[in-house]
Amino acid sequence: MLNATVAELSVALSARRVSSVELARLFLERIERLNATLNAFITVDGERTLDAARQADARRARREGGPLTGIPIAHKDIFCTRGLRTTCGSRMLENFISPYDAHVVERLASAGTVTLGKTNMDEFAMGSSNETSYFGPVRNAWNTARVPGGSSGGSAVAVAARMAPAATGTDTGGSIRQPAALTGICGLKPTYGLVSRYGMIAFASSLDQGGPLAKSAQDLALLLNAMAGFDRRDSTSLERAPEDYARMLDFDLDGLRIGVPAEFFGDGLDAMVRAGVEAALRWFVAQGARTVPIRLPNAGLALPVYYVLAPAEASSNLSRYDGVRYGYRAREYEDLMDMYVRSRTEGFGEEVKRRILVGTYVLSHGYYDAYYLQAQKLRRLIAEDFSAAYRDCDVILGPTTPTTAFALGSKLDDPVQMYLNDIYTIPAPLAGLPALSIPCGFDGQGLPIGLHLTGNYFSEAQLLGVAHRYQQASDWHLRLPPELP
Amino acid sequence: MSWEIVVGLETHAQLRTRSKIFSGASTAFGAAPNAQACAVDIALPGVLPVLNQAAVELAIRFGLAVGATINRRSIFARKNYFYPDLPKGYQISQYERPIAQGGTVPVMLPEGEKHVALTRAHLEEDAGKSLHEDFHGMSGIDLNRAGTPLLEIVSEPDLRGAKEAIAYARALHALVVWIGVCDGNMQEGSFRCDANVSVRRVGETAYGTRCEIKNLNSFRFMERAIEYEARRQIGILEDGGRIEQETRLYDPERDETRSMRSKEEAHDYRYFPDPDLLPLVVHEADIARIRAAMPELPAERVKRFSEAYALSPATAAILTSSLQMADYFEAVIASADRETVRQTANWIAGSVSAKLNALGIGIEDCPVSPAQLRGLIDRLTDGTLSSKLAKEVDDAMWAGEGSADEIIERRGLRQMTDVGAIEKAVDDVLAANTRQVEDYRAGKQKAFNSLVGQVMKATRGKANPTQVNEILRRKLA
Repeated sequence: MLNATVAELSVALSARRVSSVELARLFLERIERLNATLNAFITVDGERTLDAARQADARRARREGGPLTGIPIAHKDIFCTRGLRTTCGSRMLENFISPYDAHVVERLASAGTVTLGKTNMDEFAMGSSNETSYFGPVRNAWNTARVPGGSSGGSAVAVAARMAPAATGTDTGGSIRQPAALTGICGLKPTYGLVSRYGMIAFASSLDQGGPLAKSAQDLALLLNAMAGFDRRDSTSLERAPEDYARMLDFDLDGLRIGVPAEFFGDGLDAMVRAGVEAALRWFVAQGARTVPIRLPNAGLALPVYYVLAPAEASSNLSRYDGVRYGYRAREYEDLMDMYVRSRTEGFGEEVKRRILVGTYVLSHGYYDAYYLQAQKLRRLIAEDFSAAYRDCDVILGPTTPTTAFALGSKLDDPVQMYLNDIYTIPAPLAGLPALSIPCGFDGQGLPIGLHLTGNYFSEAQLLGVAHRYQQASDWHLRLPPELP
Repeated sequence: MSWEIVVGLETHAQLRTRSKIFSGASTAFGAAPNAQACAVDIALPGVLPVLNQAAVELAIRFGLAVGATINRRSIFARKNYFYPDLPKGYQISQYERPIAQGGTVPVMLPEGEKHVALTRAHLEEDAGKSLHEDFHGMSGIDLNRAGTPLLEIVSEPDLRGAKEAIAYARALHALVVWIGVCDGNMQEGSFRCDANVSVRRVGETAYGTRCEIKNLNSFRFMERAIEYEARRQIGILEDGGRIEQETRLYDPERDETRSMRSKEEAHDYRYFPDPDLLPLVVHEADIARIRAAMPELPAERVKRFSEAYALSPATAAILTSSLQMADYFEAVIASADRETVRQTANWIAGSVSAKLNALGIGIEDCPVSPAQLRGLIDRLTDGTLSSKLAKEVDDAMWAGEGSADEIIERRGLRQMTDVGAIEKAVDDVLAANTRQVEDYRAGKQKAFNSLVGQVMKATRGKANPTQVNEILRRKLA
């Protein structure tokens, strides 16, 4: 059962081979056993979970609910959950209990999923290794001396270590796909606007997008079906007819045009990662897909553009954490200014403060045009590169990350090295495009390699179909971390 | 050499919407602190703004009323600064592309009408309120006002002196209330002004360095603050000093302005487009619909009243002091003749206005309906009532005693027009007051007035005074 996919669990629940309560107990026990080592969860409330599982069983007994009714899942601790602590990985919100549920949490709850707990993450989703969390780093299930990636590192490890069948995450510059790649699981960042941001604590509003992490592409589709949907409380939410993201799982690969950008196979790409990705590409070609060389000439600017725009938005989004109404407030202070300074100095970690400083700087009088405005123009050029590329191809294929999981602490002193880990995942959110990562092999040290597929706007069903076909012919996504206690 | 005072006003008019500009919380005034602050207003983690369409429509209505250009696409921006009553740490406002640009406000000045140019009008949210009393060394925060929709209306530095600035502020106030975009309640802060004041020698073309004066929440304070500030600046310049650009606060108790922050201390607001809100797109059809629903504007109404009803400028101004007043007047004079119109105009400009002022209420709360007033005017013009009797009937109507005819009937106030009866009353008075008759004949005019008074008294005011005069004169001749 621990290794079963959501799709398989759904069948088992329908057939009454297992109850939701049994599943909840199974995963709660697994969390109990592994969390001390992996630190994937910040908050777990077993009683609350079992209550929800009992309700799900009752719904099933009444022949109500849908495919996800009774499925345990974990929520990244960036999603507000009513009555269950929401920390965003920060001391600032260490004791924050939201009075309302995020739209994603609401939708998954109404689909009948059972919340196991809240997963660890980089503080305010700022980080690529899960080391910036106030609640300590998450460890990679494949090698506990390695990072799991970030910022949705807790969600990724929860799925990889079978502490949850699936989890929610958020992606701003790669925060779903990069940890999915480094932990050997699947993660999807949908088209911007598909999943409501209401109740999802903001990092960089124009980039943030919620999405699922799971063991298979099929599971991603099932979860996205529940997560996506118009929400009038989010002005950037798209009003579209509901669609079944699992409808193209039997996608015919014959004739599929796969764009391969030279920019994603250049310097800095680890040889083993390249080999894994190229092997996957060969398999697609063998199925009748066609390789199309494409150019994304401005992709190289994506990283600097991202590190202007995301901090700019973050510096403003995080201003509300001022110690006045909720969240951390310094114990002692002399006056108002001192209260702000101390509360924010003590409540935020180093990486968050670094980005607030960068963001404040690029928005400052006299620098705005040179940084923020320039970055906005380049962002448009990057999006136009993709539009041009999609005239010639259907999906764009590449590696998710330049290397496999790196050692804990190895990049902490060098932010730029850390940022470079997101070099392949950053262009898609800048353009608002959907992208996913699925496992496509292991390196010499037994660490998972991620395959990155970027699609055109609203092509999630096709992307998931392409990924699903690959997973029917491979078992990378079913491999288990060997050394778990 | 004399000085010219140059003023531009930034006015915050609270838009009359039921809910806030980016949340569903109520905008009603006077609730218990923080009772009307929802998750969005408190800026809880994860909440997002959703634009209130009603606020947009009111902003467009204002823009059309002043002949501004309505930008088909405008942008909401974040104005970043920390303050305890600003929950998000930024105010959502419009910066580079406001919803309305340009336009003019007609202002009546002693020397004639002046069209004061507007720079722009933009949508933004209000902040909350910090309460510094009653908290023993701490401050209280009330976020009921946070997120209230405001239209910031910025004038060009077109105003010369405090009087002109006040005339503009009053005209703008009347306009926003007239077209229904703002309730105009200054005590509740629905209409607030900041003034940019500078001075220059008469004849100079370049503007002097300006200071922004905040906290002008009444017309009286505004006038005093501008006058004080101009005197202060002139004093500095005449002593050979220089004006520092700064923000100053007006203290009504001391009647002075004092420095709040200098240019160096000015905030860097780090404006940037709010990524949580899409560009505000206005469609032609919306503009056409809002334009079609626009009431006749005050300037148009004044012109029409003056021409159609031959009113003096002063009377026309009083009758158009509010939309309700103008509508009231027109309701009273529905299909009336010239004389009725003239009597009505005078009656409203005089008696009605005085009574409203004394009670401190607007025409919309007038206890006398237009139909009631018309009933009174009709009895006045057909001679049933003398103006003195009309006043008595009017008082009774204000006291809620019913229609003019009912009151006349009940009190027996019909004016005496029977010449025989009046002659008899005159004869009685003359017989009883031989002393005054002699005095009159001796040339004392006062004695005549006394006799008229006696007759009026004897007839309990119902005799027609003109007739009484005429008969008395004849009998004494």
